[in-house]
Amino acid sequence: MIGLEAVYVLMGLMVAGIAIVNFADRPDRKRLNKAAFWGIYAVTFLFGTHLPDFVNGLLVIGMVLVSSIGGLGRGGPESATREEREASARRWGSRLFLPALLIPAVTVAGTFGLGDVRVHGVPLVDPSQVTVISLALATLVALAVGMVMLRAPVRAPIVEARRLMDSVGWAAVLPQMLAALGALFALAGVGHVVSTLVNEWIPLDRAIVVVITYAVGMALFTIVMGNAFAAFPVMTAGIGLPLIVGKFGGDPAIMAAIGMLSGYCGTLMTPMAANFNIVPAALLELPDQNAVIKVQIPTGIVLLAVNIALMYFLVFRY
Amino acid sequence: MLTLLGVLVVVVGFALRLDALLVVTVAGIVTGLAGGLDLHDVIAAFGKAFTLNRYVAIVWFVLPVIGLLERSGLKERARDLIARIHAATTGRVLMAYLALRQITASMGLTSLGGQAQMVRPLLAPMAEGAAETRYGDVPEKTRYLIRANAAAVDNVGVFFGEDIFIAIGSILLIKGFLQQNGIDVAPTTLAKWSVPTAVAAFVVHAVRLVLFDRRLNRELGGRPGDAAPRGGR
Repeated sequence: MIGLEAVYVLMGLMVAGIAIVNFADRPDRKRLNKAAFWGIYAVTFLFGTHLPDFVNGLLVIGMVLVSSIGGLGRGGPESATREEREASARRWGSRLFLPALLIPAVTVAGTFGLGDVRVHGVPLVDPSQVTVISLALATLVALAVGMVMLRAPVRAPIVEARRLMDSVGWAAVLPQMLAALGALFALAGVGHVVSTLVNEWIPLDRAIVVVITYAVGMALFTIVMGNAFAAFPVMTAGIGLPLIVGKFGGDPAIMAAIGMLSGYCGTLMTPMAANFNIVPAALLELPDQNAVIKVQIPTGIVLLAVNIALMYFLVFRY
Repeated sequence: MLTLLGVLVVVVGFALRLDALLVVTVAGIVTGLAGGLDLHDVIAAFGKAFTLNRYVAIVWFVLPVIGLLERSGLKERARDLIARIHAATTGRVLMAYLALRQITASMGLTSLGGQAQMVRPLLAPMAEGAAETRYGDVPEKTRYLIRANAAAVDNVGVFFGEDIFIAIGSILLIKGFLQQNGIDVAPTTLAKWSVPTAVAAFVVHAVRLVLFDRRLNRELGGRPGDAAPRGGR
């Protein structure tokens, strides 16, 4: 059965390749730091499953120290000039879109098609990870098509991956770090403390106050945790179920659906949701790492107000 | 109360724009220690959680392909293509993508978009290209703003589209959680009540994109005849 482990090995090989290209780039003054950073990251992919938790923890701290104290410098150099790229764009035309669009197309096809494939009664791919495995597979297909079509040198993909990965830099690891932090928050019982505080300090004796507290609480808690999924159980167990449903007789389905979407308003507004907000700023080479958040804040605030109104008018009616 | 110290570290650290990786690591250690773990256990817990969450990094696996295509002129091609569509403005390109992203996400096709595979190589160059066609040279600052807007439509589209699909993670999470608390709801019911917010999200963000187009027009000055609708309406 193909599971996540296979994908991690592929990721590990790619990140190791990025470390090697960096190491070999003699003119780059930060090449050793970059090689160490991506090298350690590659180890966590290739061997993380088998290493003791404590060793993995030390590896992570090692990466953080290399990046924070040593510094990762600037991104890798462009491999083709603007003129070369424009000439190539004219030559290949819209055929260039083919590999790019193969990624989503094959991912979707795999997600729906691979789940039921069985070999000798055993599922071919881990049913709970079909999407991730399909994405990896789709990327390999797109890479093969792209390489054959463009007749690019064998080392081109890894050299290009290095260029992009270096321009993203430490932000590439941030989403995973935040997910780990979320787990520690949960372990230490942060959610419980927050809901206790809310219950103590806000007078929750009117329906509208309760609805506002629940929706705004979902958004704020998501802003802190960076993830509405982490906020939902805490806020719903602390305020939603006992008050909106229990005390005021609201409909649990409407409350939960709109409550989760209130959390998403928070996701739009927080650097803690790094994969949605900080990573794109790095990917798009924006000088302000909060540029995407700044664009999203007005939509987030207006939608949160809309969600509060919707919940108030719907939840007690159906 | 001490357990909230880690949250404080994150809030202060991010507000002061300190090194984000360091802030998160310190916050994690502080939270663990405040929660009663010893240093060895905190590091182990951090390492375990980091390893368990490796799947988050899977988005980077597309970089070799995207980089290869970029080297061959993918972004330039995306830009040229949009330049040929006369009615295309930055705001309209982004609005069309927003609609497409919401609709496909509501059918469960969330992997059709994404920052690394769609926004960087295709959507952002198209949005920039539309502005270039209309206004000629676009100042760097405006270019960054256009790109940030491209990233935002991908997020808004997927967040407020996916919950209409019954088998998406969040709907299953809600169903599971309510079930644990003795309440049985059908995923279709949850999906149904996500529709009003989805519609509102499109309306709110689309209006903002119209305003963004106007702002570009005002700041960069539309070519004569381009700003007004054609055909004398």
